[in-house]
Amino acid sequence: MTTEPLFVLPRTSESEAVTITFEGRALRVPAGISVAAALLAAGVRDFRSSVVGRAPRAPYCMMGVCFECLVEIDDVPARQSCLIEVRDGMQVRRQIGAAELNGGTSERSHD
Amino acid sequence: MTDRVADLVIIGAGPAGMAAACEARSLGLSVLLLDEQVTIGGQIYRSIESAPTDRRTILGQDYAAGQRLVAEFRASGAQYLGGATVWKVSLDGTVDYVANGKAAKAAGKHILIASGAMERPFPIPGWTLPGVMGAGAGQILLKSAGALPTNPIVLAGCGPLLYLLASQYLRAGAKIAALVDTTAPSAYLRAIRYLPAALKGWRDLGKGVKLLTVLRRQAVPVFSGASGLQIEGEKQVEGVTFTHRRKRVQLPASLVLLHQGVVPNTQLSWSIGAEHRWSADQLCWQPVTDAWGRLGETSIYVAGDSRAIVGAQASAVQGRLAALAIGQRLGAATSIARRSNPLLRELKRHTHIRPFLDALYRPNNENRIPESDNVMVCRCEEVTSGQIRHYVQLGCLGPNQTKAFGRCGMGPCQGRFCGLTVTEMIAQARGVEPSDIGYYRIRPPIKPITLGELGG
Repeated sequence: MTTEPLFVLPRTSESEAVTITFEGRALRVPAGISVAAALLAAGVRDFRSSVVGRAPRAPYCMMGVCFECLVEIDDVPARQSCLIEVRDGMQVRRQIGAAELNGGTSERSHD
Repeated sequence: MTDRVADLVIIGAGPAGMAAACEARSLGLSVLLLDEQVTIGGQIYRSIESAPTDRRTILGQDYAAGQRLVAEFRASGAQYLGGATVWKVSLDGTVDYVANGKAAKAAGKHILIASGAMERPFPIPGWTLPGVMGAGAGQILLKSAGALPTNPIVLAGCGPLLYLLASQYLRAGAKIAALVDTTAPSAYLRAIRYLPAALKGWRDLGKGVKLLTVLRRQAVPVFSGASGLQIEGEKQVEGVTFTHRRKRVQLPASLVLLHQGVVPNTQLSWSIGAEHRWSADQLCWQPVTDAWGRLGETSIYVAGDSRAIVGAQASAVQGRLAALAIGQRLGAATSIARRSNPLLRELKRHTHIRPFLDALYRPNNENRIPESDNVMVCRCEEVTSGQIRHYVQLGCLGPNQTKAFGRCGMGPCQGRFCGLTVTEMIAQARGVEPSDIGYYRIRPPIKPITLGELGG
């Protein structure tokens, strides 16, 4: 779900921007900001789905405490996007359900 | 293998940690400061070195004041390592952390925990919906990225930060649809007896009055004494509802920032088995320390908001006092009275207002201990208030048992976001005090780390 952004960022010059992808879509974002801030400003509303109920979740604390902003970055699951700076070429994906030990995410049954 | 050795290892690059480092360096001690964030300053002075001038103006003088401390710290000769996640602190002085994807160890003769505060959980219906964030989160986005809300937003809750953020947003040109203030009318009566002491801290009091004036001048709708606050929405926030002057009010919103004060981040002090006491004034756990911040008979100290909520300026003073005490123990300072006495006076000046603030902005019971059964308490494992009450009926006595009953507190946040709620809910259900209930047993790793990082 990408929709109207909740936050707007100040204009940055092209030389101070990097390209990341979210779910394969390229985003030009200011260098030096967190992945979470970049996604919020790009209109990403839900970052992950919850482990038990599959409910949409998004950043709550922005300081590394709440773990609601978990995403998959460059194939590593369960990264705290509020603690990681954007980097050119970074590939970000939603975190669906629980993280697997061997990387990636998978459906987890709770029946 | 120990990668770094220092007289003093400090965890946290906020006011307490940076000031402690400066003071310790002035005594000739070697200092290593580790911080989880990539930039220096903690949350209060977040991104202070890189924030452009206009952003510093928006954030105000108290924020800009961080530049002085950061400059002093940069010139102090302390080693600084950002982006370092501490996952274990041991009584022998070793600190385990992960930086650049690799596990490493530091060894300190003394350790100072300056891990600061976190926003108090605000467990109300709908608070897990995307578009609900802490007011602190909104402020972090402003400090670190210059991000402003796109649409008029709703701020809800209580406490100085809510009003501070509102005034910063207004200064930046962002629109506020409403400020929903949950401070109950009775809170003003409760606070008034602390007013004479607070007047000694008139500068701080004056700041509060000024914030209220700013809101009034800009005609921001303020709903005072709001109760029954709920967030509406299915997949994301659609609005808030609350009771104001006996009427149910509904406001549409795509972004709601909640706040009801901050609480010490005590994860590290719990993890080493330190004694903690329940503060009935601040409604949170505080590590038990001596006057200098020392935990029991250990070589570990705590300073700043991770000890008890005192604010940025008092935190910095506490950091310096802890460093002086550590310097004396290491023989680097023989008599610390000459340096500590003025600091102790300064600490008093900065904390005069605290009992008044604690009484006035004591968060309401209904916003800490959910009355309905459908509120998500443990956000990670999705355990509701109803489930926790059910566990108590089945014989669950404390937070650790809620883990066995239903994984409550066992997700990646490791109880940070449900711990206080769970303690207070069980205390209420059993008719005892939170101090009788206790807290989760916190064990390392206190942040999740991957096997790859450990092996790296």
